[in-house]
Amino acid sequence: MTEPYLMRALLGGMGLALVAAPLGCFVVWRRMAYFGEAVAQSGLIGIALGLAFALNLTASVLVVTLAVSGLLLLLSRQSLVPIDTLLGLVAHAALALGVITASLIQGPQLDLMTFLFGDIFAISRADLRWIYIGGLVTLALEIWLWRPLLAISVHEDLAAAEGTRTAYCKGVFVLLLALVVAIAIKIVGVLLTVAFLIMPAAAARPLSETPEQMAVFAAIFGMLSVALGLFLSVALDTPGGPSIVLMLAVFFMVAVFPSVLRQRR
Amino acid sequence: MDGRERQPPTSPPSAGRQSADRQAWNGEAAAAAHGAAGNGRLGDERREGDLISARGILLSRGGRTLLQDVDIDVAPGEIVTLIGPNGAGKTTLVRVLLGILPPNRGVVKRKAGLGVGYVPQRLEVDRSIPLTVARFVALGRRSSTAQIERALAEVGAQALLERQLTELSGGELQRVVLARALVRSPELLVLDEPVRGVDYAGEAELYTLIGRLRSERGFGVLLVSHDLHIVMAQSDRVICLNHHVCCSGVPHSVAQHPEYARLFGPQASRAIGLYQHHHDHSHDLAGATRPSPRPQEFK
Repeated sequence: MTEPYLMRALLGGMGLALVAAPLGCFVVWRRMAYFGEAVAQSGLIGIALGLAFALNLTASVLVVTLAVSGLLLLLSRQSLVPIDTLLGLVAHAALALGVITASLIQGPQLDLMTFLFGDIFAISRADLRWIYIGGLVTLALEIWLWRPLLAISVHEDLAAAEGTRTAYCKGVFVLLLALVVAIAIKIVGVLLTVAFLIMPAAAARPLSETPEQMAVFAAIFGMLSVALGLFLSVALDTPGGPSIVLMLAVFFMVAVFPSVLRQRR
Repeated sequence: MDGRERQPPTSPPSAGRQSADRQAWNGEAAAAAHGAAGNGRLGDERREGDLISARGILLSRGGRTLLQDVDIDVAPGEIVTLIGPNGAGKTTLVRVLLGILPPNRGVVKRKAGLGVGYVPQRLEVDRSIPLTVARFVALGRRSSTAQIERALAEVGAQALLERQLTELSGGELQRVVLARALVRSPELLVLDEPVRGVDYAGEAELYTLIGRLRSERGFGVLLVSHDLHIVMAQSDRVICLNHHVCCSGVPHSVAQHPEYARLFGPQASRAIGLYQHHHDHSHDLAGATRPSPRPQEFK
């Protein structure tokens, strides 16, 4: 377990889990899982464009995820098409466009599977730098925004009436979401990124009595899943990202089971 | 407790718009303010010192005009009741006044730094957010445990302090939301149909509570109701809204107004505004009986 690539995978994955935990709580509370999904799938367009023009992939993904976030906010102003339909539509359109763009580039440098499911063992030193610098910025903003964003998540009108700057906070939140998605895509791929956000938070919910507890438990579950998933991956030679996500699912099932039993009684 | 908190006055402001309250709010000596009581301005002219004041509000959405040419003010210490049928635009007007919804035309002026306590019509908190009552009450600001406990005690909900918000009944939740409004030491309390889903006794108790708190603290109250049969007896003014202001005035004069009779039917005139609470016991919002007068620990 001391191979350098393994250490980088562990450090990168755990850093991401830590940063994604509080953000994932907000994604769950604000019911934005499908928003995250649409933004994440649009990341494939960013990857394809980045490869085509030889740009930094994280940067090109970030630009595209931000653009798609903006587009979604714009589209959500109309009320004829419900928001979940709209999000599904954008997610699939983005995936389609991403795959088409990728097929047009062709060539040996593009392995679609890698981008759909990530390659955590391919994390480089430069990637680690991105994860930790981007992660620290994100974490700082998350802590700074925690109170107002929590107030907005509980009741938006109430928060607004009490003087919280709702539009501003929501804007920064979407920005952070795009940033974390851009970082996570490298590790767990376009299709599993949202799992990294919502699954630790979901597993933490049944055990939590305060919002802060939920964020902390989510971080612990996320980091444990990274460690256990990587161990599983090495031991059984399974793909890294999916192994981590599977571990998250196991944590969720174990955590939620007691409350399922309570409901039945 | 912050500096704006008023001592329980020996002579509670009964007629609302008294300059006494306004001066107290402006930070002048309360003693001087009491001396000046009675010089209230009751005229219809534009009043200085209003907590909130809206002029010519027009709001339309999707081609429908929801509010047209609405003027409304609330002065310190005044209870203004906004009544109107369902769908008359009452909640929309409240959201415009609170700055949640921008109007298409018109201006809303709020006193600089106005502290607002808001009790929205329906509060549903997503069950995915783990939140204790204490935390909910203090949300978005720093409050000491003592402040939170005092606010909960004021609405008779001190026992709920450590409970999860998701476990509360409708009546309990409503009290907790009111406590959240009170812990901010608001200058203006806005209640949007606070009695919806509460039985008659609970309704009566809530109105009594609001009236008493107003007397103790001197904040202005904007109360929304679609139930025309009970308007708080302490209301200083009633504004009847049906997309526009149909009529307004003291409860009695509104009840006699032809516009009001036209909107709600002739029977409504007999019923309005005269709720008085003269029972030898009261019911809390959960339905349990309590002896009156109210226990002193509420002070």
